[in-house]
This record gives sequence, structure tokens and C-alpha cells, in this order.
Amino acid sequence: MKSNAARFAGNVACVEIGGIPISLSTRHERFAELLLQRYAGFLSSSRPEFALEFDIIDAGTASDEDVQVRRDGAEWQIQRGDFSARWNPRTGTGIVRQNANPYSLDSVLRIVHSLILAERGGFLLHAGSAICDARAYIFSGVSGAGKTTITRLAPADVTLLTDEISYVRPTDAGGVHTLQDGGGDAYQAFGTPFAGELAKPGENCRAPVARLFFLAQGPENRIDPIPAAEAVRLLMRNILFFAGDPDLVEKLLAVACDFVARVPIHRLTFYPDSKVWEDVRHSEARHFELRHFAGESAHV
Amino acid sequence: MSETYIARSSTIAARMLAGEMMVMNSADSTFFTLNPVATAIWQGADGCTPLREIVRERVCGEFDIEPEQAQVDAEQFVTELSGHGILRVSDQPLAGSQEVSR
Repeated sequence: MKSNAARFAGNVACVEIGGIPISLSTRHERFAELLLQRYAGFLSSSRPEFALEFDIIDAGTASDEDVQVRRDGAEWQIQRGDFSARWNPRTGTGIVRQNANPYSLDSVLRIVHSLILAERGGFLLHAGSAICDARAYIFSGVSGAGKTTITRLAPADVTLLTDEISYVRPTDAGGVHTLQDGGGDAYQAFGTPFAGELAKPGENCRAPVARLFFLAQGPENRIDPIPAAEAVRLLMRNILFFAGDPDLVEKLLAVACDFVARVPIHRLTFYPDSKVWEDVRHSEARHFELRHFAGESAHV
Repeated sequence: MSETYIARSSTIAARMLAGEMMVMNSADSTFFTLNPVATAIWQGADGCTPLREIVRERVCGEFDIEPEQAQVDAEQFVTELSGHGILRVSDQPLAGSQEVSR
């Protein structure tokens, strides 16, 4: 508790997800404790780039009701049954009114991060992700496609980043560089505290993205290429964005096209046993081998 | 004979990748991939060039298609995309058309 007190002086904590430190403040003691517990692995001593102030009220409970995010002048207005928020990207500050519910808190943070990332060429994705042999693999799909299943099947030497919401940023943005390969990889995947059915937060670390798989479950494991346009369509379907704002959609479509052009994307049909991870590792080795012989960076 | 003018909607985002034009409507997140002929029409949808001229210059001039068939296909394409709010259609020139996205 001593370290928590140091990091939450005056009920202000700095939570750094995806290399983006955000100060979270509240006058509500119990909510402050909840926040510290929930993001324990992501507390940071970095200087915050952004600030969110939480006003705890007696709002509704966490809701599946569609969230509404719309631009109002310089600000974004964010509304759901269980919270309301205003976010000003120009000042980097926001005010959130919600009850002391951890799911509302997660949702607000995801939305704010998605808005920040859109300006920085990154995105949040409905996907599990994990680091294997110092490279990140992302497994995307709709609910029930197997995101949690494949992360649960990961061998012991694989580091979980998330089983629910993957955090992706371009390597050359915001001073993010990879130590493993001199910064040659285009995108990095970061761990997040946003857990799905696994109910386990990801590790607070990152790695260059080796490839993205769109998941399907089947009688045997197979990896198939996906044409570029189809990959963009699937990516856009699974990227978290909450606004029908044309500028935002334009930015995200540009990011999705860049990602597809730079990162190998495949469909992974898998039978749910641990052998699938052998195929995931093998796919990376095969990719490098074929790239070498082909003399180009074609996706295999 | 009245002319048909087409313009890209302000609610859409479009991007070309690997030779394919992808179009997304921000209003409802519908996503379309256009074939090369549809892409040619899309790129010509500047709001002030009649559809008939777009078909003649960009479609018949570039693809091996009979003019009558090209016009029928173009009108069908325009009807479909306008139904999704992707294209605006008028019998008068349209103002405020967007630049072609990369």
C-alpha cells in the first residue's frame, strides 16, 4: 500500500497503457483504490501527457447500450447509460461522470485511448495478442471466434498481452522503438489491462508485430492468406472506433491500409489444442524463408 | 435528354490499396471494394462531369466494354451506391464534391 500511496498522491494516479501516460484523478477514496487495483500493472511514474478527472455519481449500471461518441466543437462528448464524459484532444484533458464501476472505467479509458491513437496512427483492436520469441502475434475476431481460447492455449514461454483488446501503434511514432531488431518493424503491440473471459490483465510490455491472424475454429489447423482488400475490411470491422465522424474514419482507414501493407495478415483456422501454437511459430519461420528466396516483402 | 451528375458523399472515406479502391461510409460503417470499372466511375464522380461522359472517357476509353452495356452497368452501380449514401446523384451539377482519396 505504501507504493500505491506514492503513486496516487492526492488521489491522482498515472496509468500508462501503450506508452501513453494519462493522469487519472478523483476525490472518491474508494474509487481511487479500485483504480489502483485494476491498473496495478500499469501504474507509471512518467510525466502524464493527458489528464482525466473522474466525478463519481450515482449513475446507472454498466450497460451494453451502444455508446455515443460525437464531436462538439473542440471536444468529444461520450455518452453511455452508465457514464458521460467530455474529452478535449487539444488540451489533452477530460471529465468523466460515472459510478464507481470498473467496467465503466475500462470503457472510458478505451474510448479515450482510441481517440488518441487515431491521431497517432494506431488503433485498439478486438483481438487477443501475445509475445512469442520476442515478436507479437495478434488474434482477431468477433465474439466467439477464439480470442480467449487461443491465448489460454499459449505455452508457458508465451507472454500474454491481452485476450480481449489489443493495443497497436506504429513503431516510429511517439519515440517508440524496439530493441529486438533495431526498429525495423512497422508496428508494436502493447499489453493492456483490458481482460476478456480470461479475466487476467495482460503484461505491461510490448513487441514488434510479427503478424495478425483473423480467427476461425475448424477441425484442423490451417493458415491461409487474405487478399488486401478483405484484410482491410476485416480490420476495420474489428478496430474499436466509436464515432461516425468522417475525419476519424478517414484516418482509421488510412491506418488500416498502412497496417495491411506492412504486416502479414492471415486467416487462422484452428482446432483448439496447444498444437496451434507450433503452427503459429512455424508460420513466422516460413514467412522469413519465403521472403528471403523471393527477394521481396510479399506476404506469404 | 437530361444528364446525370454524380458526386462522392462527404461522409465517406476512400483509399486505394493493391489496385483496389475501398470505400467506407462513416455514417453506418458499410464497406465496399470497387472493381476497376467501378473505381473509374468513382474517380470521375466530381459532381460536374455528366455520367455519360465519365462512362465514355474513363470506362469505354480504358476497358473493353460496349458503350451501351457500360452505360447500363454504370447506372446500376450509381443507383446501388447512392442507395447506400456513398454517391450523390442529381440531374444538375453538384457542388462541394470531395477530392479523390488516395
